[in-house]
Amino acid sequence: MAEVTIAVNGVSSSHSIQDRMLLVHYLRDVLRLTGTHVGCDTSQCGACTVLLDGVAVKSCTVLAAQADGSHVATIEGMGTPAALHALQQAFREEHGLQCGFCTPGVVMAAADMLRRNPSPTEEQVRSELGGNLCRCTGYHNIVKAILRAAEQMRSEQQSPARAVPMAAAAR
Amino acid sequence: MATVMRPNSLVGTSVKRTEDVRFLTGQGHFTDDLTLPGMTSAVFVRSPYAHARIRSIDATRARKHPGVLGVFTGQDLMAVNPLPVGWLLPGLRIPERRVLAVGTVRHQGEAVAVIVAENPYAARDAAGLVEVDYEPLPVVVDAEAALAPNAPRLHESQPDNSAFEWSIGDAVATDAAFAGAAHVIKQRFRNQRLIANAIEPRACIASYSAAGNDLTLWLTSQNPHVHRLLMGAFVLGVPEHKFRVISPDVGGGFGSKIFVYPEEVVACWVTRKLGRPVKWTADRSESFLTDAHGRDHITDAEMAFDARGQIVGLRVRTIANLGSGLSLFGPSVPTYLYGTLLCGQYRIGAIHCSVTGVFTNTVPVDAYRGAGRPEACFVVERLVDLGALELGIDPAELRRRNFIASDQFPYQTPVALAYDSGNYAPALERALELAGYAQLRAEQKQLRAEGRYLGIGLSSYIEACGLAPSQVAGALGAQAGLYESAQVRIHPTGKVTVYSGSHSHGQGHETAFAQIVAGELGLALEDVEVIHGDTAQVQFGMGTYGSRSAAVGGAAIHMSVQKVKDKARKIAAHLLEAAEGDIEVEGSNYFVRGSPERGKQFGDLALAAYLAHNLPQGLEPGLEAVSFFDPTNFTYPFGTHIAVVEVEAATGAVTLKRYIAVDDVGNVINPMIVEGQLHGGVAQGIAQALWESAEYDPQGQLLTGSLMEYALPKAEMLPAFETDRTVTPSPVNPLGVKGAGEAGAIAAPVAVANAVLDALSPFGIKYLDMPYTPSRVWAAIQQSGRK
Repeated sequence: MAEVTIAVNGVSSSHSIQDRMLLVHYLRDVLRLTGTHVGCDTSQCGACTVLLDGVAVKSCTVLAAQADGSHVATIEGMGTPAALHALQQAFREEHGLQCGFCTPGVVMAAADMLRRNPSPTEEQVRSELGGNLCRCTGYHNIVKAILRAAEQMRSEQQSPARAVPMAAAAR
Repeated sequence: MATVMRPNSLVGTSVKRTEDVRFLTGQGHFTDDLTLPGMTSAVFVRSPYAHARIRSIDATRARKHPGVLGVFTGQDLMAVNPLPVGWLLPGLRIPERRVLAVGTVRHQGEAVAVIVAENPYAARDAAGLVEVDYEPLPVVVDAEAALAPNAPRLHESQPDNSAFEWSIGDAVATDAAFAGAAHVIKQRFRNQRLIANAIEPRACIASYSAAGNDLTLWLTSQNPHVHRLLMGAFVLGVPEHKFRVISPDVGGGFGSKIFVYPEEVVACWVTRKLGRPVKWTADRSESFLTDAHGRDHITDAEMAFDARGQIVGLRVRTIANLGSGLSLFGPSVPTYLYGTLLCGQYRIGAIHCSVTGVFTNTVPVDAYRGAGRPEACFVVERLVDLGALELGIDPAELRRRNFIASDQFPYQTPVALAYDSGNYAPALERALELAGYAQLRAEQKQLRAEGRYLGIGLSSYIEACGLAPSQVAGALGAQAGLYESAQVRIHPTGKVTVYSGSHSHGQGHETAFAQIVAGELGLALEDVEVIHGDTAQVQFGMGTYGSRSAAVGGAAIHMSVQKVKDKARKIAAHLLEAAEGDIEVEGSNYFVRGSPERGKQFGDLALAAYLAHNLPQGLEPGLEAVSFFDPTNFTYPFGTHIAVVEVEAATGAVTLKRYIAVDDVGNVINPMIVEGQLHGGVAQGIAQALWESAEYDPQGQLLTGSLMEYALPKAEMLPAFETDRTVTPSPVNPLGVKGAGEAGAIAAPVAVANAVLDALSPFGIKYLDMPYTPSRVWAAIQQSGRK
């Protein structure tokens, strides 16, 4: 068993867990944050993407024990139904999701993408999405949504409230 | 949003989806997200062999493993009936398919035992401790090879491995057409096996309460009522009214979540046995090995033309690989969903198609997005292009010459179907215009001179969807009706709950269906809630597949709304002391003709219906209606897609440069959602042409058993799509809608194939098996001798 203390979406908690527990199962089964999904067993689909200390990782490929002492940001911390994050809003505006299963991972990957490159080209967005599979949309509207969010995030400085999860994760 | 709207003001507009917010904030409720008190975990032990006799199963060590509650094998579940077959063909051979193998395993991944434990870790550990002694048997994975006299035999009862011989059309007339033809084009096609790969793996939670004899199953299902009926009545013997199936948020289906699979049956048996809830969630490897696969045809086809390029005959002979046994709708896909579509968009004088269904040591094959129709479209549209090449006529012009004319509808084809409506030329012309076709051809010519190979491929597709008139389906072998039901319940405050038998797993029903209702009743979208996917809440339903939700499920909702409006009109007439025939309705306002300012609002009428203080004599209180809509015909979406590719001769690499799609899916409820459906279908269709293929080795090992080998498209592999629509409303449902879910997957494979083969035409290459990987294209160029 391993003792871990992990701050998830700004809330720190400690648990005693199996050594082999994956971060994604820690989030889903221990913390009951079920927005992070498992879509494969070979690290291809990216449905489990979260930010670990501000950087996008596939949480199916990280042991929970490895995240000890870290800050994790998940989809649940991105925005609320009443105050969606610019990315969430853009995905809704551009119909960037259908079944919604891959969506949390895509949004978290996009958050990392736009942190590193706030003004990506369409080609860069497509290339950067290489770690996320979507079977519903053909990516057309996902790409549009990310470009729209990038524009939105550039044009208006995000309000501090909306920036919390990424700021927390980046500490 | 305004609270009062004009009638139908919401239908036809791209309102943003109501379901998005929960998915975008991580608040969706997918099956694996749910946890019940006392819940246990199930893990299956699966055969590593494609064909083997089970000599013995020793679970002694597994049973002793800490946390293990039970290990069960096929012998323990003999009281459970075999899996059902939902579509019967004349003379169909139906081998018994048990939920856990008994005696013999017939495909890699077939379940032989289930471990139930306190948690998934214990269950998985214990699964490794089950010792199964297998005696490997000879294997056959190729359908044509399975028909050979000395082939390994899968089922004792079936010496030649064939499940059925089926045919449609007029063989004599077809022979006559070929005898008089000026040109005959022959081609052998292989439509490769595909795997749906919805990103959410299949999952279920079964929970039994002995106190009330209640069984509840949460299941990744496209059709929960169908699952309940088949599992309850035929497999488990559980009374339907004590069995609740809930299909919560489902992460994509594409056909793969229609069928009754062993795992949910076993879970229901286990929870009754142990008295505790049990959860099973597939990992992706299990999805590859157990989700029904799609396609897998070998086809020899010939098309006959007269001297002017008119198609006079089509002869098709197909061998369909069905896998190790019959999946639920396996027999229908390569027959009635395939042979009946071989007329395409054309006036073809005579058609004959025969199909042999074959058992092999592979995963059972069933419907995958398009299901039979992409295979038919591929045969027709490739043969048309080969004809164009042979006759020296431009492929667009040859299509134009052969189109069924717009004044010929309804059009009776030689293969049973009567197309409801169509206007094919405008969609073709619009696609050519969007593509800049003449310019592309000029560019192609110029680039060829520079040693660069541009290819332009057309696909003018037809599909039959909106499944289906129940009487027709029944006559063809379906063991169920294919209507849909809807209940529209108006609450006393005028808010609305809609209960639909369709199921949304990405299609946006919660929004589109609410648009139908809110638009008709003059309400705001947020005043209408759509409930689906729960047999305890929804009266009945046939579910979502075959692009049927809007055309059948939406039509049922429309019917119920009309009944509600009729009753509201009666109440309004009574309260306004007018004749019912004098009541007019504008949005939510019910008024006596000429006096809209003194009308009654729909909300007031709803309240009056529930207060029941002052209703017309004999009128029941309350305001709700249930309808079952059974269409009179299928709907027939169509369109023309154009792919533009460049092939690099030195490497064989294919680059998809542009993809243009002009579709006609009839009237459209929400253009944004429809376009999204088309995008997704196109992506899957392109992927079939260029990347995806389920490949077995000769020993029946699935070589493409993970996302590392099975190439789902990524964002950078696809272009932005260029789309437009023409609108030819369907006359067979009150909404005039046709269905959009499968169109892209039907049209795209052959559009891309025609483009790649057009690019390769200078090398004399007329056909290649899909997918067009660089190695395959490069090898073909090398072998052409013209590099």
